[in-house]
Amino acid sequence: MKRLELWLCIAQRGSALVLAPLVFLHLGVILYAVSGGLSAAEILGRTRSSALWPAAYALFVVAAAVHGAIGLRVVIREWTAWQGRSLDLSALAFALLLLLLGLRAVQVIA
Amino acid sequence: MRQHRSYRAFLVHRISGMALALFLPVHLIVLGLAVETAALDRFLVWSAQPLVKAAEGILVVLLALHMFGALRLLAIELLPWSDRQKNWIGWSAAAALAVGAGFILRSFA
Repeated sequence: MKRLELWLCIAQRGSALVLAPLVFLHLGVILYAVSGGLSAAEILGRTRSSALWPAAYALFVVAAAVHGAIGLRVVIREWTAWQGRSLDLSALAFALLLLLLGLRAVQVIA
Repeated sequence: MRQHRSYRAFLVHRISGMALALFLPVHLIVLGLAVETAALDRFLVWSAQPLVKAAEGILVVLLALHMFGALRLLAIELLPWSDRQKNWIGWSAAAALAVGAGFILRSFA
């Protein structure tokens, strides 16, 4: 296995370990909050009630950007003819897009 | 081999992962709307339609399927093998469907 593939594999597993408890928390919050409908005031009231919420969501965004981009790259490499440098750079661009959008959203809800 | 449930679990994990990765930018853009609360409220009113709630329910199931499937894969890779792991595909699917059912029940309550 090439060195890059080894590091991506480790990053994929590591980000999955970080994501698992955060997804669990996210699903719990979804099930709790969805009852009776959602409103911007209710969502922001919760996320601005403690610095822990934005911190958790920032970690969530970073782990999801790493995990999602590596995962898409793996699937595209194995299921399509697209390979090589252009795919690597596209996956990196996708990770940066998720980071940018995610951290902007975290900044707004903090 | 393609009839084997481990292969079906592999497909479910991949397809749910791809769907979630492609949905994520949209989700983050919507959250960014909170910079103007009226815009987010307009979106939330739109998302209260039954068909949109049902679509959200599918996304919740996909997220839960991907998470429980990942826990199973991590356990297989990082922990010693035990025969009980054979049943974890079924338990993962059941847990994900339970989360989805919980979402549908609570969102239509």
